[in-house]
Amino acid sequence: MSAARLVVVQVRYQLKVFMRSPVAVFFTVMFPVLMLVLMNALFAGDADIEGPGGEAWPVQQFYVGGLSAFAAVSATFTNLANVVPVRRDDGILKRWRSTPLPAWACIAGYVGSATIVAAVGVALTWGLGVAFYDITIDVAKLPVAVLTFVLAVGSFAALGLAVASLIRTAESAPAVANAIILPLGFVSSVFVPTADPPAWMAFLGDAFPLKPFAETFQDVFNPFVDPPAFVAHRLIRIAAWGVVGVAIALWRFRWEPHRTSGAPGRRRGRGRGRQAPATTSG
Amino acid sequence: MSTEVSTAIAVSGLRKEYDGGILAVDGVDLEVAAGEVYALLGHNGAGKSTTVEILEGHRTRTAGSVAVLGLDPAREGRALRDRIGIVLQSSGIEPSLTVREAVEIYGSCYSTRRPVAEAIELAGLADQADQRVGSLSGGQQRRVDFALGIVGRPEVLFLDEPTTGFDPAARRSAWEVVSGLGAGGTTVLLTTHYLEEAEHLADRVGVLAHGRMVAEGTPAELIGSRGGAVVSFALPDGVEPAELDGVVPRDARIAGRQVDIATATPTADLARLTAWAVGRGVELDGLRVHQPTLEDVFLELAGEREVAR
Ligand SMILES: Nc1ncnc2c1ncn2[C@@H]1O[C@H](COP(=O)(O)OP(=O)(O)OP(=O)(O)O)[C@@H](O)[C@H]1O
Ligand SMILES: [Mg+2]
Repeated sequence: MSAARLVVVQVRYQLKVFMRSPVAVFFTVMFPVLMLVLMNALFAGDADIEGPGGEAWPVQQFYVGGLSAFAAVSATFTNLANVVPVRRDDGILKRWRSTPLPAWACIAGYVGSATIVAAVGVALTWGLGVAFYDITIDVAKLPVAVLTFVLAVGSFAALGLAVASLIRTAESAPAVANAIILPLGFVSSVFVPTADPPAWMAFLGDAFPLKPFAETFQDVFNPFVDPPAFVAHRLIRIAAWGVVGVAIALWRFRWEPHRTSGAPGRRRGRGRGRQAPATTSG
Repeated sequence: MSTEVSTAIAVSGLRKEYDGGILAVDGVDLEVAAGEVYALLGHNGAGKSTTVEILEGHRTRTAGSVAVLGLDPAREGRALRDRIGIVLQSSGIEPSLTVREAVEIYGSCYSTRRPVAEAIELAGLADQADQRVGSLSGGQQRRVDFALGIVGRPEVLFLDEPTTGFDPAARRSAWEVVSGLGAGGTTVLLTTHYLEEAEHLADRVGVLAHGRMVAEGTPAELIGSRGGAVVSFALPDGVEPAELDGVVPRDARIAGRQVDIATATPTADLARLTAWAVGRGVELDGLRVHQPTLEDVFLELAGEREVAR
C-alpha cells in the first residue's frame, strides 16, 4: 500500500472514531463556538476596543479572530493531549505497534484528523462571524492566515503529542491539558481583550505560541491593519514551539501503557502464581 | 539454507533484565520449526510474555540472539510484523468501531491479507460482525483480538494466553482454528495456563520457571518422562493435613482438600494410605490412581523449583 493511501486510511479511521465520541466533538468543536456566541452576547454592546494605533475596533472582530484560533488549538493541542494517553493506556497504540503500520503513518493519522477538525472549527467560527457578527474577511490577508493556520496546527499538534508523551496516565490528561490551555488563553488575549496588560501577562503571552496565532487571526478582521498582515516574528515564535513539541514527542513518546510504579507482582519471585502447589514438607 | 527454511523461531541465550534489576528471562534457548505449534507454559511472572514480546519486537532484550523468520525483531521489526500475527496478552481496540470496521482497518496495512469476512468467521464472530467492539462481552472481545491476529495471513502467529475468558465451547472452536492454521503450515507460538490446551494443541511444550526453561518436549514425552502414576483423593473432613505426615510422601501436593501424590510406586503408596485410612476410620472420597496429566507434570516441575530455591 502506498504511503499516501496508508495515511488516508489512518486519517479516516481517526475521524470516524472522533465523530463517534459526542463528548470529544462537543468540547473540541462546539465549545469555542459556544464561547464565541456567549462572549458576543455579553460584550457586543460594550465600547469598541482600542486598536493598535488607538483606533476604535468592534469587539466582534476581536472575538472571531481569537476564538477561531482557540478552536484550532483545542482541535489539535487539547484534543491530542487528551486522546493519545487514553489510547496508550487502553493498549490501542500497542495494538497498532503489532501491525506493520509505520509509526509515522499512525502519527500522521492523529495529526491529519486533528488538522481537519481544526479547519472545521475555524470555518465554523468564521462563518458564524460573517453570518451574524458583521465580519468581513479581507481576501488579501487570507494567504497569511492560511500560512499561519498550517504552521500553528502543526506546532500545536506537536505540542499536544509532547504533553501526551509526558503525561503518565490518561486520567490526568484532561486536567493537565486544560491547566495549560485555559490560562494561556487568558494571557494570550483570546477570551478578554487586554489593551494594556500587566508586564508579566504580556511576557507570558509573548513567550507562548497562542498569542501570535490569535493576533494573526484577529488582524485578518481588523480594518486598521493593512494586508498582507504578515508579521514574521509571530510565525517564527509559533514554529519554534513546534520544534520544541516535536523534540519532546520524539524523546518521550511511548506506545505502551506506563506500568504504575509499585504494582503487585513487579518484583521477581513475588506471588508464586496460581499453579504453585502447597507441599506437606516443612 | 535448509535450516533457515525449516526454523521459524530461533532463540539462544535470551536474557531480559528490566529496570530495577528484575531478571525476567534468564538464558532461554528455544527453537520452533516452521509449521510447528509450540506452547510455553509457566507460572505467573515466569517470563512468558516477556519472551514472546521480545520475539514480536515489542521489547528489547538484554542479551542473546533472536531470529524470527530469519529476521531480528529488534532491527527489522516492521518487515517482520508484516509476516507475523500478534495476539497480545492485553491490548485494546477502539470500542466505537464495529468488528468489521476494526478488522478492515487493522487488516489494511498488511501486504497479504485474508478477506475480512473470513477472518471474522474464523474468529467465530460472524453474528457480531456489525456490533461495536465496546458492546461485546469479554470473551467476544478476545475473539476480535484473534481476528486481528490472523487477518494478515501470518507465517508465524504469536498467541499470548489467547483463550483466557473463553467459554468451553469457544475454547474448543478456537483450538480447532489454531490446529487448522498449524496444519496449513502456520507456525504458532502460544502461551497458556490451560494445560489441557497445551496438551490438545501443541506439538511441543516448553515449561518456563523464573525465566528459565525447566522442561521441554512433546506433551507425551513430558508426561512419559515423569513416569509412574498419580494417586488422588480428597482429604476427609476433620482430618488435618499434618496427620498425613509419614503416610504420604513429603512431596505430595495439597491444594485445599485435594491431595495428589505423584509417585513411581503407586501400589506401595496406596497400600500405606488405605491402611492408614482404615485404621483412622475415614473414607477417602474420590480416591483414584491415574496417569499423570500435563498438569501433574507442570505442578511437579513448579514444586521442584520451589524447593530448589
Ligand atoms: N515492563 C516491565 N517492567 C518491569 N518488570 C516487568 C515488566 N514486565 C514484566 N515484568 C516482570 O518480569 C517478570 C516476568 O513477567 P512476564 O509478564 O513475562 O510473566 P508471564 O510469564 O507472562 O506471567 P503471566 O502468566 O502472569 O502473564 C515478572 O516478575 C514481571 O513483574
Ligand atoms: Mg504473560
